[in-house]
Amino acid sequence: MSEKILQVKDLTVSFSSYAGQVHAVRDISFDLCRGETLAIVGESGSGKSVTTKAILGILPGNGTIEGGEILYNGMDLAKCSDKEFESVRGKKISLVFQDPLSALNPIMKIGKQIMEALVLSKAATKGEAKERALELMRRVGIPQPEIRFNQYPFQFSGGMRQRIVIAIALACNPEILICDEPTTALDVTIQAQILELINEIKERNNLSIIFITHDLGVVANVADRVAVMYAGKIVEFGRSEEIFYDPKNPYTWALLSSMPDLDTKEQLFSIPGTPPNMLHPPAGDAFHERNQYALKIDTREAPPFFKVSDTHYAATWLLDPRAPKVEPPRVLRERIERMKRRAAEHAGQ
Amino acid sequence: MPDSEKKVLLDVQNLKTYFSSGHGRSKHVVKAVDDVSFRIFEGETFGLVGESGCGKTTTGRTIIRLYEPTGGEVYFDGKKISGKMSKDDLRSLTRNMQMIFQDPVASLNPRMTIEEIVSEGLRVGGMKDRAQRLELVYAILDKVGLTKDHATRYPHEFSGGQRQRVGIARALVTNPSLVIADEPVSALDVSIQAQVINLFNKLKDEMGLTILFIAHNLSVVKYFSDRIGVMYMGKLVEVAEADDLYRHPIHPYTRSLLSAIPQPDPLFERRRVRIPYDPSIHPYDREEPQYYEILPGHRVYASPSEYERYQKELGLR
Repeated sequence: MSEKILQVKDLTVSFSSYAGQVHAVRDISFDLCRGETLAIVGESGSGKSVTTKAILGILPGNGTIEGGEILYNGMDLAKCSDKEFESVRGKKISLVFQDPLSALNPIMKIGKQIMEALVLSKAATKGEAKERALELMRRVGIPQPEIRFNQYPFQFSGGMRQRIVIAIALACNPEILICDEPTTALDVTIQAQILELINEIKERNNLSIIFITHDLGVVANVADRVAVMYAGKIVEFGRSEEIFYDPKNPYTWALLSSMPDLDTKEQLFSIPGTPPNMLHPPAGDAFHERNQYALKIDTREAPPFFKVSDTHYAATWLLDPRAPKVEPPRVLRERIERMKRRAAEHAGQ
Repeated sequence: MPDSEKKVLLDVQNLKTYFSSGHGRSKHVVKAVDDVSFRIFEGETFGLVGESGCGKTTTGRTIIRLYEPTGGEVYFDGKKISGKMSKDDLRSLTRNMQMIFQDPVASLNPRMTIEEIVSEGLRVGGMKDRAQRLELVYAILDKVGLTKDHATRYPHEFSGGQRQRVGIARALVTNPSLVIADEPVSALDVSIQAQVINLFNKLKDEMGLTILFIAHNLSVVKYFSDRIGVMYMGKLVEVAEADDLYRHPIHPYTRSLLSAIPQPDPLFERRRVRIPYDPSIHPYDREEPQYYEILPGHRVYASPSEYERYQKELGLR
């Protein structure tokens, strides 16, 4: 495996609210390697956005990192002061937001917004910054950048705005790009273009990307590796193929089989109930109340990670040698069969 | 069953909805829905897809009279429902045609209890006896997977998925024959989406509903609809049976749209080729476009020369 650029170890984040402590992220660990895209998937409230906010040091005021380390370049970002963060945030690690409209200043010209980071960090003079901004705009596929440079965000379409946000994120040549649902607000055709752009930039700049999304189709498109989160914990991680073609955790099964794909005809597999209240996370495996495969031990003890392959780990007691053998839901098995057949057909051609 | 033998429940003919802003020289007209015609047969689900701003929501809202159409007619069960209507006709229409909204938070009045919200349609429709209304409310709550106890609560006490169930109960309590569902699942979480879609499917069979399903998630539309219409810039560019549309997309926009759907299959994603769509390829400045039925039940918006080309591509000529 290539060089690890970012390591998150036993990260725990909680929020204090009027009702008590909300345990948003509970003891998660993962690595990000240079030049790879790691997708973090999960429903809202699973802690995926909070994780990235902790990495960038932009947790809201009532959120605190209770424990764990975020190692980047010899620094522990979990214990960094605001001053120290200035040399990292936006320069080495930058962020692409979900909603490109609220991420841009509506009364500031686009060009100035791209130049801002460069000028503020004193990395370039105004003239150089302008040159660089125009080059960035060209690179993210904005036609006629000289004219667009002097326009305001409202004169751009949603897809173009997201391209601008990406250009701003790339302004200081970061090593890590965090994309927080960058295409959720976009139409499917525009989404495809933005994903192409992100993939292309990653190749060219050898960027490492953390990609947050709940859309599994998007994950399949961008991810090298996938981490599935539920109730503040990572429940399964592995290479993209391993997660999609050989998932092991019942929550991953449920997630994969609850959305129809273009060939789905049968009744959808739906997860009963609602995600747990993180004020009082359930004891044991947090998914056990909604899990039809839950074992008795799930109610008492949280499962450790079981190794499936060198790159694939899943936290479920079903992988314990003493556990009964169960098969994934039929809908999912059939879909995986279909996908494998399609791949074989393609390989045969 | 051939189309001619099926009963047409909703017939939309040359519907136009324009919005204008400004006056005089600075007057600007947006053709949100421009000459759209389609029919929905009794008992089927008709999906309407397209990107944001293509006019799919406006179409739904114009049909249910939330907007005044600029031109064209809408017939429901053989009766004209666009333009002037008597109070009695309107009342029976609102009972028979209901809408489910996208945002389950914004579409429920926070100061009304669930009972008030769900029974309002009955009360306005002339059912004066509260006990009688309550009975129907309890029955519909049970049907959508809520309980009697929920009736006395307020919307903020519910999760997103439950609120959408309330929205569905509110729409279905008057026992409508047509439901217009405008992006009913897109605000919900993945696991909750599946619950609501399954609920829809169940209710559709139990109550014999006809549904106009408006959405931008093409996988969900495909799964849920019998027939699908694709809209682009206010025009309905293609209408076909769901399977047929995905197997033989004809209009270049439909092809582009379908090629952009990401699928949860990494190996497939790696070799997927996106087909870009360039609206300027159409020779509409020289030839008048119109609807052609290219295959049985499959209509496409094209000019004569394009129609000829599409036919050749399908091997019909």
